[in-house]
Amino acid sequence: MNSELRGILAVWYRELKVFQREKSRLVGAIVTPVLWLLLFGGGLGSAVSITGLNYQAFIFPGILAQSVLFSSIFFGIYIVWDKKIDFLKEVLVSPVSRTSIFLGKVIGGATDSLIQCFILLIIGWILGAFGIIPGLHFTIFSFIFSLFTIAFMTTALVSIGLIIGSQMESFEGFQLVSSFLLFPLFFLSGALFPINRLPAWIAPFTFINPVTYGVDALRHIILGVSQYHLFTDLSVIIIFAAITIVIGTFAFEKMKL
Amino acid sequence: MPIIETKNLSKKYRGLTAVDNLNLAINEGEIFGLLGPNGAGKTTTLMMLTTLVKPTSGTAIVNGFDIVKQPDKVRGSIGMVFQDPSSDDTLTGYENLKLHGMLYNIPKAEREKRIKEVLRLVELTDRKDELVKNYSGGMRRRLELGRGLMHYPKVLFLDEPTLGLDPQTRDHLWRYIKELARQMHISVIITTHYMEEADQLCNRVAIIDAGKIVALDAPAKLKEVIGGDVVTIKIKEPKMEEIKKLSFVSKFNIKNDIVSLTVANANEHLAEILQLIGKVDSVEVHTPTLSDVFLHYTGREIREDTPEGGWANRVMSYRSRK
Repeated sequence: MNSELRGILAVWYRELKVFQREKSRLVGAIVTPVLWLLLFGGGLGSAVSITGLNYQAFIFPGILAQSVLFSSIFFGIYIVWDKKIDFLKEVLVSPVSRTSIFLGKVIGGATDSLIQCFILLIIGWILGAFGIIPGLHFTIFSFIFSLFTIAFMTTALVSIGLIIGSQMESFEGFQLVSSFLLFPLFFLSGALFPINRLPAWIAPFTFINPVTYGVDALRHIILGVSQYHLFTDLSVIIIFAAITIVIGTFAFEKMKL
Repeated sequence: MPIIETKNLSKKYRGLTAVDNLNLAINEGEIFGLLGPNGAGKTTTLMMLTTLVKPTSGTAIVNGFDIVKQPDKVRGSIGMVFQDPSSDDTLTGYENLKLHGMLYNIPKAEREKRIKEVLRLVELTDRKDELVKNYSGGMRRRLELGRGLMHYPKVLFLDEPTLGLDPQTRDHLWRYIKELARQMHISVIITTHYMEEADQLCNRVAIIDAGKIVALDAPAKLKEVIGGDVVTIKIKEPKMEEIKKLSFVSKFNIKNDIVSLTVANANEHLAEILQLIGKVDSVEVHTPTLSDVFLHYTGREIREDTPEGGWANRVMSYRSRK
């Protein structure tokens, strides 16, 4: 086998093993969104109404995107743990190129996200099928198409996480990242509210936020309603993923130890 | 031809010179020690030789490859055991080795064979399926040592291999390292700030201080420089005029109320010295160590404590994150 390919597999293998062992990560990644959906969605849903849609059904795609956003970015930042001990050096001192190491990490993080979303989609399917969330209907097609969209979203977001992680030297930055990056990206994505009636000063931010297009695409696929054309949404996500991968490989090349 | 040759190898960090025009040649099959206090530039030298850090100027040839121009080739022919723990403790010992084998592109069948071989060598065969989390510091170190050998490197770098380990485990590891170097016929480069380690383990030792080599030779040769035994006397008012006249005292050094003398055949002459010097509080005689050699060349004591915290401490602080 090609040595770079085996290197990518090696990094992926390690990430999968860690994911498999650290069950708490998975449990947290499932429980948190379900709580948002049921408690936040149930509570706020009783007070607001979205034209023609149950509020919980409306935010389901948004909650999926939230889970992808948070787990992907934080996956990238876990690289700081690897730096704290010398594990990262052990990988970097091997003959595998840094580009391959980066790609292996991206695939590893994307796999984690996809597994989480797979479970969340099944939960959504059940909640919809039993009428607990009216208006949430899945088909095999929308289920698979959702995962396909999420694959590109998580690729982009894991790359961003890795770019940040590769430049960070301490854990203190974590808090900063969630305050200044994760929450704005989440709140300005239309995950929890429609973006077509926003005050003029917020609207431009949602427009430049790539997560907006992920939420919009998922809402189109799952609920059949969206702000933009699906083709626009997917194009933005795919281009965004391509750009972040390029920047990410560059960041790994330049990463100091 | 030497297996490693550095050519004016230098590294500067924001004006601070960590490694200063280093020129050394390390022979095939030898155990070579870089000895010096913390911050002398040992680890930086290793990081450059293993291509993890780029030199500011100069270069080195490792196993025939240039570290600046052919870093991938260099990485393919070396093994490295880091100062801090570098195995993933959420994986088992076996899984860590498998990961390593994949990173070095060893085909599956061959990989399984070598994992077995390495596990036997470091005596971890029956613990291979246990999480590294549950290993002791010494076991983990052994695993990492074995891992560094798995891809049959020509050169093995060990950065402070026994830092923070208890003396018994340390002895054990020394024996391993010697045995490995002999069996697998590889060159081993270790950094250490333990005098005894350099003395026991290495064929040749380079004493480095502030990024420069101050002395380089076999440990026994280095100690000959001292030219006799070292007598250390604790005394308030030494009568040095008398002592200076003695023909067998070649050197002396007074610091606070400690007098150190270099004496030829100290056992024969000790009584005479003690008679002449005055009222002695305590006395100690030892054959020269590399510590004395370090003092001789730099005028300073090497400190064997580790202000930055031992390896084991760092394992603990890493674990507490969970």
